[in-house]
Amino acid sequence: MKTKKPKLAVWKFASCDGCQLSLLDCEDELLALAGEVEIAYFLEASRAVVQGPYDVSLVEGSITTPHDAELIQKIRRQSRYLITIGACATAGGIQALRNFQNVQEFLQIVYARPEYIETLETSTPIAEHVPVDFELRGCPINKHQLLEVLTAFLHKRRPNVPTYSVCVECKRRGTVCVMVAHGTPCLGPLTQAGCGAICPAYNRGCYACFGPKETPNPASLMGWWKAKLSVPERDVTRALRTFNAYAPEFREEGERHAPTEAG
Amino acid sequence: MPQRKRDDRKAQVKRIRVDALARVEGEGALYVRVKGDRVEDVRLRIYEPPRFFEAFLRGRSFVEAPDITARICGICPVAYQMSAATAMEDACGVRVEGPLRLLRRLLYCGEWIESHALHVFLLHAPDFLGYESAIEMAHDHPEWVQKGLQLKKVGNELLTLLGGREIHPINPRVGGFYRAPTRQELLEMKERLEWAREAAYETVRWVAQFEFPDFEQDYEFVALRHPDEYAILDGRIVSNKGLDIAISEYDEHFEEEQVPHSNALHSRIKGRGAYFVGPLARFNLNFDKLSPLAQQAAREVGFLPECRNPFQSIVARAVEILYACDEALLLIEPYEEPEEPFIAIESRAATGYGCTEAPRGILYHRYTLDADGTIRDAKIVPPTSQNQARIEQDLREFVARHLELPEEELQWKCEQAVRNYDPCISCATHFLCLEIERV
Repeated sequence: MKTKKPKLAVWKFASCDGCQLSLLDCEDELLALAGEVEIAYFLEASRAVVQGPYDVSLVEGSITTPHDAELIQKIRRQSRYLITIGACATAGGIQALRNFQNVQEFLQIVYARPEYIETLETSTPIAEHVPVDFELRGCPINKHQLLEVLTAFLHKRRPNVPTYSVCVECKRRGTVCVMVAHGTPCLGPLTQAGCGAICPAYNRGCYACFGPKETPNPASLMGWWKAKLSVPERDVTRALRTFNAYAPEFREEGERHAPTEAG
Repeated sequence: MPQRKRDDRKAQVKRIRVDALARVEGEGALYVRVKGDRVEDVRLRIYEPPRFFEAFLRGRSFVEAPDITARICGICPVAYQMSAATAMEDACGVRVEGPLRLLRRLLYCGEWIESHALHVFLLHAPDFLGYESAIEMAHDHPEWVQKGLQLKKVGNELLTLLGGREIHPINPRVGGFYRAPTRQELLEMKERLEWAREAAYETVRWVAQFEFPDFEQDYEFVALRHPDEYAILDGRIVSNKGLDIAISEYDEHFEEEQVPHSNALHSRIKGRGAYFVGPLARFNLNFDKLSPLAQQAAREVGFLPECRNPFQSIVARAVEILYACDEALLLIEPYEEPEEPFIAIESRAATGYGCTEAPRGILYHRYTLDADGTIRDAKIVPPTSQNQARIEQDLREFVARHLELPEEELQWKCEQAVRNYDPCISCATHFLCLEIERV
């Protein structure tokens, strides 16, 4: 019988650190987790590094530099299971807003000497570069879902991560629909559950930080926003272009509303 | 691989490298070149890829800035939300006062507790006790690691209550909040905060007895100062060398410089150079504004301003955890639910300035708006960019004095010296590997 603990690695690309922080935010479970797995590579938490291969790699962040595009290939080769965590890794993140514009202009706005900076034209999700075993959505991810996914992979079962909309969570939570009752524009009908429908419970519309749900109907909802809630076209585009702007369903709908800007 | 060592005696070149610093937030490296007993070059290299926030904020609505800029940093999102919101309010000629300001300060206390506990217990204490990580440290000191995690959790509970969730809170907005908590909800935090205050006091005693390298520098400490409180949300920007300016005068006194080896811009005080922001700066400049209990704890362990040993930042951080718990309890007491959770704000064509005390130091935002609230121009200066030049100078001095140390030990001490500043590299990249080359 094998008694060796599975090796866990945590990797970071372009991102805010928030999703890997979710692991350290498991204050009650962290030491138990460290008892179940060997934390082999997790720079945010440890200077000790164990060589690959790794049983499970968690990948945070999007690919934005030539160096990172190569590194992700190396990580894939060293990882039995590769799980992407968060909107950057699964959809390109907020930094994918560059994909709709000219990155050279962006460089000149932020840096006096753009020639020192090495960057790609686009910010792309990990799955555009290597096969991914599971994508965990959210900006940031939900730590309970992260623990569920890790447990599932360690026990070789399917993770229980629903792909229905935020609306289902609102109903379950007993939150009155902010769009129907208060006319507050809400992206909940398009957005995958997982956050626990926090925003509507705080009297604000969902802003889709968990990205598109399975088979969403953005054209219908955005039409409704415009016709019934008098949301200006510009604000429709802005709402679609945030942390999951480059997710195909949001990208296409966003282009319908801002055809001239599309790049 | 992150830690790599090379000893090439044939070419008379000695070199220690850490290609990826651990227990910092984000990705960076360090390079030190030594010739004989002279340190020739020190470079803190930040290779965290740039994300261009200031560029894509152009054309967005002023009300979107708090949610968008929160994504610069998963560890201190509240700092970004507060600097952005106060800058927008400044542009629109509005001040958020009363219970809404109280709630902002309370939310910020949550972030200080969470972020400082993360750094003290999980990132920095292992250096002082000789462990690679807190998880390893937990084998010998389980009670401290547990205590640290529970302190961190109290901070996160405060963030969750007021913000909706701990990372990237959804509740703060320009003008206040989407929903104000009830008095009862805040009172339910009291018992947990009282436990945390006790634990924080013990933490001050614990970290104060660590062994600190004998290392002092003549720093210019910079922090916000407020007449009535330990400054967090606003105040004047002051230093121990005579700086005393309004937040709106920031650009006249500070400049950012781009260096080839880093994706983070280096900030300097015009005409004077590197400076020091964060818990130690705040402690030194605002000791008189700490609560009596926080002052008492600092005095008890003999930790008094002006402390010029950056390794003792961990003590300042622990004192601030204690202060934040104490202050949170004080804020909860008089709270009455406001009539409206936010002030409705109309945009106007103007430039607004915001500066708040992020866990790692002052965080400056400046926005220029069109009449309809569209952002025309954005400038964001995170604390780590401001400390970057100072970190390089510390390393230059520290290495020069400790060339006799074995390579392995010198390398670890250099990493520790960088971690004194709790650098948040994700923030500074608009910001670290250690490499020491001995020629």
